[in-house]
Amino acid sequence: MSERLFYANQLAISRTLTRIENDRSVAREIIGSLEERDYHVVGITGSPGAGKSTLTDRLALLSSKEKRTAIIAIDPSSPFTGGAFLGDRIRMKSSTKSEEIFVRSMASRGKVGGLSPSIYDAVEFLGRSGFDRVFVETVGAGQSETDIENLADVVLLVLAPGLGDDVQTMKAGIMEIGDIFAVNKMDLPGASQLATRTGAILEMSGRELPIILTNSINGQGVEELHNLIEKALGELDISGAIEEKRRRRTLYNNLNSVYQIIKEDFSENAKLEELMNYLLENRRLSDES
Amino acid sequence: MKRVKVLVAKPGLDGHDRGAKVVAMALRDAGMEVIYTGLRQSADEVVKAALQEDVDIIGLSILSGAHMRICEKVLNLMKEKGIDEKPVFVGGIIPAEDALELKKMGILEVFGPGTPLKAIVDSIKGAVDK
Ligand SMILES: Nc1nc2c(ncn2[C@@H]2O[C@H](COP(=O)(O)OP(=O)(O)OP(=O)(O)O)[C@@H](O)[C@H]2O)c(=O)[nH]1
Ligand SMILES: [Mg+2]
Repeated sequence: MSERLFYANQLAISRTLTRIENDRSVAREIIGSLEERDYHVVGITGSPGAGKSTLTDRLALLSSKEKRTAIIAIDPSSPFTGGAFLGDRIRMKSSTKSEEIFVRSMASRGKVGGLSPSIYDAVEFLGRSGFDRVFVETVGAGQSETDIENLADVVLLVLAPGLGDDVQTMKAGIMEIGDIFAVNKMDLPGASQLATRTGAILEMSGRELPIILTNSINGQGVEELHNLIEKALGELDISGAIEEKRRRRTLYNNLNSVYQIIKEDFSENAKLEELMNYLLENRRLSDES
Repeated sequence: MKRVKVLVAKPGLDGHDRGAKVVAMALRDAGMEVIYTGLRQSADEVVKAALQEDVDIIGLSILSGAHMRICEKVLNLMKEKGIDEKPVFVGGIIPAEDALELKKMGILEVFGPGTPLKAIVDSIKGAVDK
């Protein structure tokens, strides 16, 4: 099957994603059977309700004019029942209507860090199947969603006025992640102040990063944000830093598998061997760099 | 790890999604992963969501009275897209004779307003386990 065909065959993509989500070794096999391919991952994180989904929807639509685009949106699983209410699609009106964009929801399934256990494999599979751009919206837990930094090439942090004070933001450590900041809901009072304060906090920590005001409902500022993301990705490509991002993604994919195996039952020999394989591959990757 | 994935959709023009949300929450509390698409979905959008999310089962909440037309459209589109193996259930205010017609058409189950949540959950579990 040609690459283009696979990308266009949403049914095949969708069914394969389910198999990847449900079985790690199957995932490994499927990915191994597809050729490596360059693609970019954009992470979208930030406080609950800040507008991540609404913004992702618009960014994906802009991206899809030039690139084959997919979205994975993660919402939390209940730690008690394992059930989940996945509602990000509600806010993704344009992307879910578009014939070009593939949108998939995933439950966090007990994984901390705002992602889902099979997210690395899911993203790698989409990339190898022909998607150029994969947007990943993390759980809006507000805290320690730092995993996204290991998965994404560029991380967008979405803030919005009225969702908590600076102290909370700093306690959560969420200002420590992100390559580009969006202060969304610029139509609401307090947005420009929040942008100013965010700028000040970043400056204090010696990180000068772009901060953009957006309104993801009417689209104000979104094109500019899109251009910034494209620029950041372009710079990674030109400087070659993208290779390091990709290496890190593979490292963390393996580490994530190690973590999953340990949580399961690695007393079986087969599991032990699987565990060793991931660790050895990571040592190889580290030696190469 | 395999989890049951359910799509809860509200096709049609009526603006009431309380019932759909209550069912969605009950399914979540029963340990399922529920994809909720929000109000006023076209049949196209519902089937697309089911396809992209690869759910195990689809629930349609229809209060507009247009259940015959909507269900027919959804079932036809599902066939066209190659996902007609997924069972579909319907919730809403549906006259008994229509419910019978819907089942003939291929709808698995029709739940009226008074149906206990547990009955809905059990019936979905049963359908997916098959
Ligand atoms: N006023 C205003 N409201 C917005 C804006 N962007 C999003 N919203 C609203 O904010 C609410 C949350 O938006 P979402 O996109 O679901 O936010 P989210 O960050 O994805 O939320 P979670 O995934 O639940 O954490 C919705 O009611 C949106 O309509 C904006 O620019 N201005
Ligand atoms: Mg969201």
